[in-house]
Amino acid sequence: MGFFFEVLIGGLLSGVLYALVALGFVLIYKASGVFNFAQGAMVFFAALTFVGFQEVLPGWTGLEPGSIAVFWMAFVLALASMVVLGILTEKVVLRPLVNQPHITLFMATIGLTFLVEGIAQAIWGNHVRGLDLGIADEPIEWVLDSADIIVSKFDVFAATLAGILVASLALFFQYTKVGRALRAVADDHQAALSIGIPLQHIWAIVWAVAGFVALVAGLIWGARSGVQFALTFTALKALPVLILGGFTSVPGAIVGGLIIGASEKLAEVYIGPFVGGGIEGWFPYMLALLFLLVRPEGLFGEKHIDRV
Amino acid sequence: MMMNDMANVASSTGGGGRRIGEVILDLKNISLRFGGVKALTDISFDIREHEIRSIIGPNGAGKSSMLNVINGVYHPQEGQILFRGEPRQKMEPHMAAAQGIARTFQNIALFKGMTVLDNIMTGRNLKMKCNLFHHALFFGKAQREEIEHRKKVEEVIDFLEIQSIRKTPVGRLPYGLQKRVELARALAAEPTMLLLDEPMAGMNVEEKQDMCRFILDVNDQFGTTIVLIEHDMGVVMDISDRVVVLDYGKKIGDGPPDEVKNNPDVIAAYLGTSH
Amino acid sequence: MLYREAGQFKASYQEDQQIFPIRQDRIGMAVILAFFFLAVPMLASQYWLQAILIPVLIFSLAAIGLNILTGYAGQLSLGSAAFMAVGAFGAYNFILRIDGMPFLVGVLLGGLSAAAVGVAFGLPSLRIKGFYLAVATLAAQFFIVWALVKFPWFSNNSSSGVITAQQIEILGFAFNTPESKYLLTLAIVTVLAFVAKNLVRSTTGRSWMAVRDMDVAAEVIGIRPMRAKLSAFAVSSFYCGVAGALYAYTYLGTVEPEGFSLDLSFRILFMIIIGGVGSIMGSFLGAAFIVLLPIFLNVGMHAVFGSAMPAGMASNLELIIFGGLIIFFLIVEPHGLARLWQLAKDKLRLWPFPH
Repeated sequence: MGFFFEVLIGGLLSGVLYALVALGFVLIYKASGVFNFAQGAMVFFAALTFVGFQEVLPGWTGLEPGSIAVFWMAFVLALASMVVLGILTEKVVLRPLVNQPHITLFMATIGLTFLVEGIAQAIWGNHVRGLDLGIADEPIEWVLDSADIIVSKFDVFAATLAGILVASLALFFQYTKVGRALRAVADDHQAALSIGIPLQHIWAIVWAVAGFVALVAGLIWGARSGVQFALTFTALKALPVLILGGFTSVPGAIVGGLIIGASEKLAEVYIGPFVGGGIEGWFPYMLALLFLLVRPEGLFGEKHIDRV
Repeated sequence: MMMNDMANVASSTGGGGRRIGEVILDLKNISLRFGGVKALTDISFDIREHEIRSIIGPNGAGKSSMLNVINGVYHPQEGQILFRGEPRQKMEPHMAAAQGIARTFQNIALFKGMTVLDNIMTGRNLKMKCNLFHHALFFGKAQREEIEHRKKVEEVIDFLEIQSIRKTPVGRLPYGLQKRVELARALAAEPTMLLLDEPMAGMNVEEKQDMCRFILDVNDQFGTTIVLIEHDMGVVMDISDRVVVLDYGKKIGDGPPDEVKNNPDVIAAYLGTSH
Repeated sequence: MLYREAGQFKASYQEDQQIFPIRQDRIGMAVILAFFFLAVPMLASQYWLQAILIPVLIFSLAAIGLNILTGYAGQLSLGSAAFMAVGAFGAYNFILRIDGMPFLVGVLLGGLSAAAVGVAFGLPSLRIKGFYLAVATLAAQFFIVWALVKFPWFSNNSSSGVITAQQIEILGFAFNTPESKYLLTLAIVTVLAFVAKNLVRSTTGRSWMAVRDMDVAAEVIGIRPMRAKLSAFAVSSFYCGVAGALYAYTYLGTVEPEGFSLDLSFRILFMIIIGGVGSIMGSFLGAAFIVLLPIFLNVGMHAVFGSAMPAGMASNLELIIFGGLIIFFLIVEPHGLARLWQLAKDKLRLWPFPH
C-alpha cells in the first residue's frame, strides 16, 4: 500500500508540472483563440536562455559564477527575452492571421515551434546543460521515516512553486483590471473591442505572461532533466491534460494535470509490466481520447451548441 | 408598388394551377429546450402538400429552431411529428434529406471552397449511386453518372439563371447570388418539401422580386411544398397560403394571410403592446 | 502565345469534366510523364535516383494522403508517419508470412492495413473537431510506434523492431537497381495520383469538401458526415500506408518503427502547407521542396564554411527555415506553391494582353 501511495504522490507532483505547461496553453487560448503548439518550444527557449545567460554573465560583469546575483540577473534577462519573444510572436505571426480558421493558426504555431527551437539552439548551442536551483532531488527524510514512502524534496518544491504561480495568476485575472479585460476578451472579441478594451494590448500581455509561465516551467523541468531539446516535448505532456480539462479552463488544467500525472505513473507501474512497459508516451493520449468520446468539451469546458 | 408587383406575379403564376393536397407534415405539441432556455413551447401546426406555408414572428421567436426541428438538426424534448401519417422517430438531418426535405439557411451555408457547379452537384449526392471504387476509376460508370446528373444540375442552373457563374468559387460571389446558389443546391435534390430560412434577407427590391418569382415557379412547376421564414410582410402576405405566427417560442396565430393580419395577438406582438 | 484556350470549345459535359480541360495542359502532362518515365532513368545518376527522386515520389504519395484528409476533408492529422509505419510493417509481414505473396499485393495489403488502423483512429473525428482531433491523432502516432517496437511479432523478432525489406520481385523480374526501383515507385505513385485526382473530382471528393466547409449544411443535404470522414481517413491512411511500404522497400531497405516519428509526420504536414493544401499537384511540389531544401542547405553550407562549419549549424538553420517558411506561407500564400503555379498559368493565359 505504501508503494501505491508513493507512485500516486510522485504522479500527482509531476502532474502539477504538466498543469504548469498546460496553463500556458490555456492563457493564450482563452485570450486569442490560438492553440499555441509552440508552448513547449517556449519552455525550451526560456530554460536555454536562462542557462545561457548564467554562463556568459560572469564573463561580462565579473560577478562570481553561480552567485545569487547572477541567478537573478539571468532570470530577469531570460524573462525579458520571453516577453520580447511573446510580443514578437503576437505581432509578426498571429496578427496577420487574425480571423483565419483555428486550424491555420494551429499549423502556424507548429511552424513557430521549429523556428523557436532553431533560434534558441543557433544562439546558445546544441549541447545539453545542467541547471541547479539548489534543491536536491532526494527523499524527504521525515516522510521516509514515518510513512516509509519516498517523496522527492525537489518534486515538492517544484509543485509548491507551480501551485503558488497558478494561484497568483488566478488572483491576477480575477481581481485586476487587466484580468477583467482579459476575461472580457475571452468571452467575446468584438464586444470587448466595442467597449474600448485594447485587444492587441491584452494579447501582448497574455503572450508575455505565457512567456513567464514558460520560464518557470523551463527552470523546473530543466533542473530536473537537464536543459536540452527534449524540453520541447513538455508540450506533448500537456496536450492530453488540455483535452481532459478543456482548453479554456484554468481549474481544468490543474485537475487535468493531476489526473494525467497520477494515472500515467500508476498505469506504467501496474499495467506496463504486462505489455512490455514504456506506455507513458501514449497512455495519457488514450485516456484523453476515451474521455473525449464521452465528453467532447472536456471536464470544465463549455458545451457548444451548433447554430444554423 | 412592390407589393402590387408581387401580387400580380402571385396571381398570374399561382392562380388555379396549384392544388393543395393532404397534410404531409403534422407537428404536435413540440417543445424544445436548450439547457434551461425554452426555444419552443407546445407548438402544433401542420403543412399540406403543395402549399406555401410561412412562419413569421419577431426576432428570437423560434422560427429557425422550428425549421431545425423539421429537418432533424434539433431534437425536441416533447411532442410528436408525423410525416405522411407516420410518426417520426429520432431523426438526423440526412434522414430528412432522404425523405425529400431540402433547406436553405439564414446565414448562407454554402461550401465556400467549392465552385457553384460543385456546390449544386452536392445537392444530388443522394441520387448518385456510385461508390468510392467507381470514383477511383472514374471512367465508365462514374463518368456516365456524373454526366447524367450534370444535366439535371444544368437544368437547375438555367432555371435560376446563374449560367455565367457556374465555375466561380462561391466565396467570390455577392450576397444575393450566393442566396440563389444555395436555393439551386436545395433544388438540385428535387425535394418534395423545401424549407427556406429568410431567403430574401438583405436583398434589394429587384433581387427580392427575382427570388419571389423563383419560389412561386418552384411551387407551381414542381409542386414543391414550401415552408418559408421571411420578415418582409408584403411578400409573406402575398405568396403564402397559410401563415403560422410565433412569439417567444409560442404559437400566437395560424391561418390564411388575411386572417392572421387581423389577429389581435399578432398585431400586439408586432407593435409591442402588452399581452 | 502558346498557352491559349481560345478556339477550344467544350461541346459535351464529358469534355468539360476532363482532368485537364485545356489542351496545352494535356500535352504538358504527357511531356512531363514521358520525361520522368523515359528520360530521367537514362540521364539521372544513381545518387539522384536513390537519394532524391525516389524519396520525393514516396513523400509525394504520403502528402497526397494527408492532403486528402486535411486539404479535402478538413481533418487535421499529426499521425501520418505512424500510418506509413503500419503500411511498411504490414507489407513486410504479408510478404514474409504468406508464401508466394506477390509484391504488389503485399503493398496493397499493407496499405489496406493502414486504412483499417486509420479508420479506427478516425472514429473520434465523429465527435471532435479541429485541433482536438489533431491532438487525438497524436495518440495514433505514439501508440502505433510503441506497439511496433514492443511486440516483436511485427518485426519477426528482430531487436528493437528493425526490419529489412525482402527483395522485390514482380513476375520473376528482380527490382534491385536504383533505375528499376525508381520506375516501380514512379509507376505506383503515378497511378495512385490519378486515382486521387479522380476521387477528389467526384461525389466522394465533393462530400469530403462539403464536410470540410460546413458539416451541418452537408448533413442537411443528405451527406453522411460519418461516412465522409471515415472514408477520408481510410483513403488517406491507405495512401500513407503504401508510401510507407515503398519507403521500406524501394527507398531505405531497412527501417525501424522509431524512424516513423512525430517529426516525420510534421514534415509531411509541412509538405502540404508549402505545396498547397487541397491540391494533388501541390503535394508533389511540397514533397520535392521539403526533401530538396535540407540537401541544398547542406551543400550550400559546406561551400560557405568548408569543414569549419559549426556543429549543428545546418540542422538549426533547417529548423529556422522550415518554421519560417511555414509561417510565411500560411500568412502570404495559404494555398502554397500550387497556387503560385496556377497564378503563373493564369498570367500566361492572358499574356501579352493582361486585361
